[in-house]
This record gives sequence, C-alpha cells and structure tokens, in this order.
Amino acid sequence: MAEAAVDAAREYAVKTLDVKKEYVMGKQTLMALKGVSIEIKTGEYISIMGPSGSGKSTLFNMIGGLDKPSGGKVYIDEVDISGLDAFELAWLRCRKIGYIFQTFNLIPVMTALENCTLPMVFAGMSSQDAMDKAADLLALVGLGDRIRHKPLELSGGQQQRVACARALANDPAIILADEPTGNLDLKTGKEIIALLRRLNKEKGVTIISATHDLKMLDVSDRIIWIRDGRVDKIERRSDLDLEVGSLEGEEA
Amino acid sequence: MPVDAKTQAGIRRQIKLPNREAVKIALRSVRIRIWRSCITMAGIVLAIAFLTSVLTSGVVAKSIQQTAGGATAEGGDASIQIWLTAISLLVCVVGITNAMLMSVTERYREIGTMKCLGALDWFVVKLFLIEAGVLGLVGSLVGALLGFVAGLLAGMSQYDHVLSSLNWGSALLRLVLAVLIGAGLTVVGAVYPARRAGRMPPADAMRTEI
Ligand SMILES: Nc1ncnc2c1ncn2[C@@H]1O[C@H](COP(=O)(O)OP(=O)(O)OP(=O)(O)O)[C@@H](O)[C@H]1O
Ligand SMILES: [Mg+2]
Repeated sequence: MAEAAVDAAREYAVKTLDVKKEYVMGKQTLMALKGVSIEIKTGEYISIMGPSGSGKSTLFNMIGGLDKPSGGKVYIDEVDISGLDAFELAWLRCRKIGYIFQTFNLIPVMTALENCTLPMVFAGMSSQDAMDKAADLLALVGLGDRIRHKPLELSGGQQQRVACARALANDPAIILADEPTGNLDLKTGKEIIALLRRLNKEKGVTIISATHDLKMLDVSDRIIWIRDGRVDKIERRSDLDLEVGSLEGEEA
Repeated sequence: MPVDAKTQAGIRRQIKLPNREAVKIALRSVRIRIWRSCITMAGIVLAIAFLTSVLTSGVVAKSIQQTAGGATAEGGDASIQIWLTAISLLVCVVGITNAMLMSVTERYREIGTMKCLGALDWFVVKLFLIEAGVLGLVGSLVGALLGFVAGLLAGMSQYDHVLSSLNWGSALLRLVLAVLIGAGLTVVGAVYPARRAGRMPPADAMRTEI
C-alpha cells in the first residue's frame, strides 16, 4: 500500500517529547509520567491502553493543555504549547480540541443543552445558533429527548453522551477521549465508536482515546500501550489482529 | 467585545463571553442554587443590618439631641459610636468575604471545566463578579432596610418622638452608604477567590475538592 507515503506527507497533530509529570504530595513525590514521547499524525485514530493508574489521564491533561508538564515538551500542530499565551491556550481548548473526560465534568447546574452550548458561546457563536447546533449534537448521540435534563437527572451513560456531544461542539480537529465508552452498554458504546470513526474518516478528525474497550481497538490505526508512566509499546492494528484472542484471555 | 489574538493561517481567533450571556449564566447559577445563594446572602444581610442599625441609632440619637436644643453631645457617647461603627464594618468585611470565599471555592470544579472549554481567566472572574454583584446588592438592600427598622425601634424604646425629630436626609444617606459598602465589599470579596480559581491550571481546579 501507499500508506507509508501518505503518512509521511501528513504533519503531526500531536507530538510529545520526553514529557514528565511529577505530583508532589507533602514530602512524597509521585512520577505519574516518566518521559513519554509519542508522535500522532493528523487524521490518525489512536487508542491508548494501560492499566489503571498508568498515567493515561495525566498524559491527556498534558496533551490537551490542561496542565503543565514538569519536564519535556508538547507540540500541537507542531507548535510548542508551553509558548502559548493564555489567550492562545484558551483558543486551543475551545476550538481545536474536544475533550471527553473520564469523569464527564458536566456543569451540574446547567441542562444537557446548556452544557453543550457553552463552548460555542465562548467561540462567539450566537446564542440561537449554538442552541440549535447543541440540540442536533445531542440528537446525534441519542439524547434528543433529554436535552432539558440536568446531569444529575441523567444516568452515567447518558452523561457520557452529553460529554461526547459537548466535545463535538466547535468541530475540533483533535478529540481527546478518556474512556468514552466506559459507562455505556454494548449498543450505545458501538454507536459512539462508530460516530468517532465517522468523524475520523469523513472529516479527518484526529482521535486519541484511552480505553479498555476491545471494540475500540478494532477501529484504531495504532495502539499505544502505557505502563507505569512510560510508553510500553506501540502497535499498528494490523499487527494486533493476531493478538486479540490472547488479549481477551488476559483481560478475563 | 471580541478580543483578537494573532491571526494564524488567516483564521480570526476569537474567544469571547458577551455580557448578555454572562449575565444569563450568572443569574441562572444564583437561581438554581437558590438555597446556597440565600445562605451567602444571609451573611451579607446580617453584616449590613448590623452596620445600618448602628448608623441609624447614631442618627436617631443626634436628631433627638438637636431637637432638644442641647448641642452638648456627650464625649463618651460619640467615641462609643465610632467604636461600634468600626466593629460593625469589620464584622461586615469578614462576613461577606467569608461568604464569597465559600461560594467560589466550592465551585472550583465548575470553574476548571469552564476553562477546559476555553474560558479565559477573566470570563471566570466576570461571571463571579456579576453573581457577587447581584447577591451583594439584594443582600445589602434587605440588610439595610432591616437594620434601619431595627435602629429606629431601638431609638423608640429609648426616646419619644423619634420619627418626628429624625433627620431623614442624614438617615437615608447612611442607608445608601451601607448598601454601597455591602455591594462593594461583596464584589471585592469575590475578586480574590475568583482570580485565584481563574488562574489555576484547569486540571488542578477540576481536582480540587473541599
Ligand atoms: N493531581 C494528582 N495528585 C497526585 N497524584 C496524582 C494526581 N493525578 C494523578 N495522580 C497519580 O498519577 C498516577 C496516574 O494517574 P492517572 O489518572 O493518569 O491514571 P490512569 O491511567 O488514567 O488510570 P485509570 O485507567 O484508572 O483512569 C496515579 O498513580 C495517580 O494516583
Ligand atoms: Mg484515567
């Protein structure tokens, strides 16, 4: 295939260079990331796998510009984000990256619709347009009949879908999804994966997703394994196909 | 008012929070947390009521003395008045700052989330200032009225003809002053925690639990 040539032509959407993160708790310090270097090309669909506590969410925070690394560099579209000012960083978070958080992080006093509208309001969209688009997005994730509910009136899976819809609000170029299917039943999980896959294929959105979901691995271009704050191995899906059987055995 | 950053690749980079949206969000968060808002406001009401009642009884005493013709204000009384006013101001500052600190810190998570979605630091500050302004104004108005009535009642229990001899102009002036102090302090009390929350990296803000 000419895949290699195409790959070479694409620029990196995300690149990290020896990223370290240290959490200081009193006298103890904990190295959550011990030097992670990864390169993700524009339009790739990446799954990040690793045991609980291995540093996946921490890495997402670094890539998304939500926290500062203790060492190393993060590049988004070849730009070192530590050099961005507050405004550019806010722009990046608002327009460029869509986050789906492991803990959803919906604003509890706002309805599903208002939650989805917020990023668009920040992006300068008129209130009416934003509401229309938010309603469409919620319908897309199958919550068309729940748009006036507050997060606490929704189930975990429904909250997760609101978080998905919100992440799509400003048509981001990169979606960072931390266990986007963790709380979903098989069917809804498949729908969300299909949705992400469609965005990836049709609009060239770069998807980076932490997951334990084998269905998710199946659609990803590469899988990055993180263990104990380090990159353990990186596999193409074609290499992985042979191993899914053994993987299932391991997880069971 | 849009803020423009460096344009890159011809894209006009805009991040904004229009005033109308800000007021809408702030009012909604007051309304939805109405109990919490009432408790915050209760702190403001009490502080301002105390201040106003002290100020009002000062005016009452002065008015009575003036109509009685005796300009012989007793020195001891005057210094007690000043002392009481100073203490009431202090109570006011502490009460209001505390109320605002609490209402901001318990919402770090929400603030962090907003920042993840692209809110600039000053969006957060703006939202909280509007919210604080509303709470402060309503709380101070209620407090000033309560304090005024309390001051008058206290005066009536001490003197006759309080209402007829009262210097209304001077009493109203103090009422307005108390409302301004209350609203002002509330906003000032919210600035510090809101700015601190606004400056936190969003990941930290989202994790902070109190
Ligand atoms: N703010 C923090 N303060 C202190 N330690 C932290 C903080 N955030 C994460 N850690 C620690 O860093 C390590 C990595 O955490 P992280 O949340 O990135 O794991 P994870 O791979 O996302 O796990 P999971 O699959 O359970 O979500 C853990 O040991 C965790 O205890
Ligand atoms: Mg995690």
